[in-house]
Amino acid sequence: MPVVDLAVSSKRDLNAALHALPANTNETHWHIANPDGAHALAAGVDAPVTIEIDGHAGYYCAGMNSQATIVVNGNVGVGVAENMMSGRVHVKGDASQAAGATAHGGLLVIDGNASARCGISMKGVDIVVKGSIGPMSAFMAQAGNLVVLGDAGEALGDSLYETRIFVRGAVKSLGADCIEKDLRPEHEEILAKLLHEAGVEGVSPTEFRRYGSARGLYNFHVDNASAY
Amino acid sequence: MDNSHIPQTLPRFSATFDPHTLAEIRRAAATGIYDIRGGGTKRALPHFDDLLFLGASVSRYPLEGYREKCATDVWLGTRFAKKPIHLKTPITIAGMSFGALSAQAKEALGRGATIAGTSTTTGDGGMTPEERGQSQTLVYQYLPSRYGMNPADIRKADAIEVVIGQGAKPGGGGMLLGQKISDRVAAMRTLPKGIDQRSACRHPDWTGPDDLEIKIEELREITDWEKPIYVKVGATRPYYDVALAVKSGADVVVLDGMQGGTAATQDVFIEHVGIPILAAIRPAVQALQDLGMHRKVQLIVSGGIRNGADVAKALALGADAVAIGTAALVALGDNDPHLEAEYNALGTTAGAYDDWHEGRDPAGITTQDPVLAARLDPVAAGRRLANYLAVLTLEAQTIARACGKRHLHNLEPEDLVALTIEAAAMARVPLAGTNWIPGQQF
Repeated sequence: MPVVDLAVSSKRDLNAALHALPANTNETHWHIANPDGAHALAAGVDAPVTIEIDGHAGYYCAGMNSQATIVVNGNVGVGVAENMMSGRVHVKGDASQAAGATAHGGLLVIDGNASARCGISMKGVDIVVKGSIGPMSAFMAQAGNLVVLGDAGEALGDSLYETRIFVRGAVKSLGADCIEKDLRPEHEEILAKLLHEAGVEGVSPTEFRRYGSARGLYNFHVDNASAY
Repeated sequence: MDNSHIPQTLPRFSATFDPHTLAEIRRAAATGIYDIRGGGTKRALPHFDDLLFLGASVSRYPLEGYREKCATDVWLGTRFAKKPIHLKTPITIAGMSFGALSAQAKEALGRGATIAGTSTTTGDGGMTPEERGQSQTLVYQYLPSRYGMNPADIRKADAIEVVIGQGAKPGGGGMLLGQKISDRVAAMRTLPKGIDQRSACRHPDWTGPDDLEIKIEELREITDWEKPIYVKVGATRPYYDVALAVKSGADVVVLDGMQGGTAATQDVFIEHVGIPILAAIRPAVQALQDLGMHRKVQLIVSGGIRNGADVAKALALGADAVAIGTAALVALGDNDPHLEAEYNALGTTAGAYDDWHEGRDPAGITTQDPVLAARLDPVAAGRRLANYLAVLTLEAQTIARACGKRHLHNLEPEDLVALTIEAAAMARVPLAGTNWIPGQQF
């Protein structure tokens, strides 16, 4: 099990080593010590390995991740798992802005809270936030599921496309073209699966409310001009 | 009484409320929506035509036109990238999306650029196999929407261009109306078919130059510091934008003037936001010089480049390379007079057709209609583009030799004079026949 101490090794060498991993590598579990808030840690990994970061990470941790399971035993800065394609990123602490931004696939789990713009422009990723999320989350979100066990800030789902949003707590306000929708059995199924995958126990899918796009702004019409 | 002998006052249109303005007022009143169109600004602006080269004289020796070498190559991305780009000609193809353009048009751009030894660039919506396959050197745009963005394509690219703005609409996001959101375009962008797609105008996960520096660092880490990273801005505040791009770690800055085209934007935006490229180059070069980075961070300029004289003038003002978009589309076959009857049927005429957003382009370029798109032969159109790029290069060489330069990059502001006070002030070269540069202290 490789252990990389960033107090003595460089981030560049770490990322280069992670990028060089072949698909059949037997170095499948990495530990990163002393991350000290460094940016772009484990960014661009494309291998079925597990990477544990023991401490806080800076911006774009696990950016564009493919296949890897990346666990951060701490907090993360802006854009954790941005544009993730597949795999799993698990933040044990809190996340700053734009968590999971534009991500296409995989699962992002945040045990704490996520700041503004969580899931902005998400394109298929599933995001589970066990705490609350900040304002303008899921702005222009296109696909995937955003699950929030706590509360959501202002303008949730503004200009939303086809992402499903599930919030267990209070929503301060909904953004343009975002409306509450019925929570049907198929949605409860999705929720149950995601809660299980995120390690959430003792919470029923029926405790959530579902939000989605009214699809009223999909094609421009002058009568909707005030909504833009 | 017969007044026929009295001279009549001729009908006179107002210069303020001219026929175009009146028609636009009526159209707005009838529809309630602004005019959306493609292309760049159509108004007359101070431009490269307002500059002249002085050529050789008693004090300067010209080079023999067909015997003495005048080099045209350019390196891009030499600041940080392990694998900088080397192009045979400093005329590159600007970013244009699959979605805005047909797959055939994208393929043709790649073919033409490859024959000419230059680069082409993706656009909003990601990289297509046709484009990658036919482009020897492909620049991958990193846009606010991140449509189709994935690390596999980033690794396939030869350079990455972080797009902050473009000259036709600095401060505006992309727009692709429902008519052009075909099944393939929708799938690439993860959007429902047929919607009006309006891209974000700001990047989702960074704001400001300090964040941009970290974003560029991430892109470098993901690509193991191999690929040049460009930063593209619309021409607005070129001195500060270029300085901040350099501070953020860019290898190359792309500066796009308001003559630069767009696939679809509000006419009011195209015509009233941003500045002409002529006014933007010198402040941009000044920023590079003040930072000691001129020729170390390369400058690509675009917006209204049409011929080799424009290329030579842009380089003489300090640019390392230029990019063409609208002119490249014309070389492919856009707005060609042989389609006049079809343009007439669309209510326009060859040379003025700009409803690119409607997807009904008879030339098969700005469309996703498979029948129309099939009209464009990518091989023949690519050949036309290659021919055009060769002419631009030859013309620029002709001028450079006349100025006694062994490389296009040896052209300098001292080779130029201006025909108008405005151009002299913007380009910071003397008014022809004088030593007066408006705004310069003596």
